[in-house]
Amino acid sequence: MSASGKRITGIVIAAAIVCVAIALYVALYLTNVPGSAAATNTSSGVNLYLGTVAASEVTDPHPSWVSYYAVDANDQNWRHVTTFVLPANTLVHVTIYNFDGQSGLRNPFISQAQGITGGSFMLNGKPTKAIDPDAASHIFAIPQMGVSVPIYGISDDAKNPCDNAPCPLSNDHSTSTFTFRTGAKGLYRWQCFVPCAAGFIHGFGGPMQTVGYMDGFIKVV
Amino acid sequence: MAPEVKEPNHFLRIVVWWLVVSVIGTALVVFVLGPGLPPGNGSVEASGQVADNTVLMAISVPVAAAVLVYLVYALIVFREREPDVIVDGPPIRGNASIQLWWLVATTVIVLFLAGYGSIRLLADGSGGGQGPSPIATPAASKADPPLQVQVIGQQWSFTYRYPSYGGVETQHLELPANTLVELHVTSLDVIHSFWAYQLGVKADANPGVDNIAYVTTKGPLQFNIRCAELCGVWHGYMFDTGRVVDKSAFASWIHGEQAHAAPVAKSLPPYSKTYFPDPQRRGG
Repeated sequence: MSASGKRITGIVIAAAIVCVAIALYVALYLTNVPGSAAATNTSSGVNLYLGTVAASEVTDPHPSWVSYYAVDANDQNWRHVTTFVLPANTLVHVTIYNFDGQSGLRNPFISQAQGITGGSFMLNGKPTKAIDPDAASHIFAIPQMGVSVPIYGISDDAKNPCDNAPCPLSNDHSTSTFTFRTGAKGLYRWQCFVPCAAGFIHGFGGPMQTVGYMDGFIKVV
Repeated sequence: MAPEVKEPNHFLRIVVWWLVVSVIGTALVVFVLGPGLPPGNGSVEASGQVADNTVLMAISVPVAAAVLVYLVYALIVFREREPDVIVDGPPIRGNASIQLWWLVATTVIVLFLAGYGSIRLLADGSGGGQGPSPIATPAASKADPPLQVQVIGQQWSFTYRYPSYGGVETQHLELPANTLVELHVTSLDVIHSFWAYQLGVKADANPGVDNIAYVTTKGPLQFNIRCAELCGVWHGYMFDTGRVVDKSAFASWIHGEQAHAAPVAKSLPPYSKTYFPDPQRRGG
């Protein structure tokens, strides 16, 4: 093969490799969808169990980051997903086990529950409309649905706190339960409003700015 | 000897074409395009912006027409039909008359726009944020105190406080019709920008800053609210729908909001014109 033929062959092979690499990158990007958790059906709607913890599991890429988890109500299996699949126009009964401490709300207005059935939620078995803003650990809010529920933090002097997820219910925690009704099919986002990201500027970096920790999506199908 | 071809008066022809195109184009802008220009007529300030946009576009039509007419005329009339004979046109370098007209025309246009813009801006602020000490206060605010509404930006939502209704805070923005509203825009964390599109209001929301903007509502309507400053991962979702309703409906709504927010009323801080990111227990 002549020198120019070799040169052309080399250019063609290099171009082909680059094209395949770009195609693979695009394909992986398009198919790499974060995992999701589906609510379980009941006669009165669906149940969704969530957990919040001060630090993710030790094997997580960010083991020190605060995070939400989906919790299996039966076997207490914790899954690190923040995309929740819910049916449209259905009552959703949410239970949130919170093992994290108190960070305090920047806007006390958000310490009142909004957009939930009956206007109040059950905090450790007691009907509650609002909590002390300074005792807020997190918020579970779906702004597009008008849903916002404050999550009460465990005390700083808790005897048996949980360090990293997953956390058994034997650890100190608060339990919040509430119900809201989903609307039309679509993709909604949810987020926390408490500046709870330890070590980040204003407590609002890292896990607060990364889907998969303190925020995610609600897929209404 | 070939007879000498007399050149037509190109300048006169271009001016005539320019006048025709400018008159037609300006009329189209003023009477056809102008009424549909953004942001619409949702408020007095928005209507003013429509008028301003119409004026700016109407002024730009003769300028654009001059360029386009000359270009098209040159392409058609000055086209070299014998490619072997390329003859350049007469040079205009050093033509004092052209330079004078150019300077006069551009200076007049720029000074007019500067004057017009300043006068319009100083009349009522044009719906823009003016900082804590506004100089462009609408005349109506001196006779009748405006309704004060605080807009609080936070990652990633706007909430609203009404100091004349006990400082009640709400999730959504509702305003009475035909009312002068004094918006106090601020932030609890990073820089946001409050943009109520149909009302023609846009004001940055900075922590520790009371950014005042005025808007005079008209009749009932729904308007889109968006954050116009990249403010974090959910910036694109920081939107809401506000409403302008008649005064009785507003009174009913605000009293309903006061009752609804009663459980959290005691937790709200006294009405303040600015806030700083606090608490910072976990801030690094």
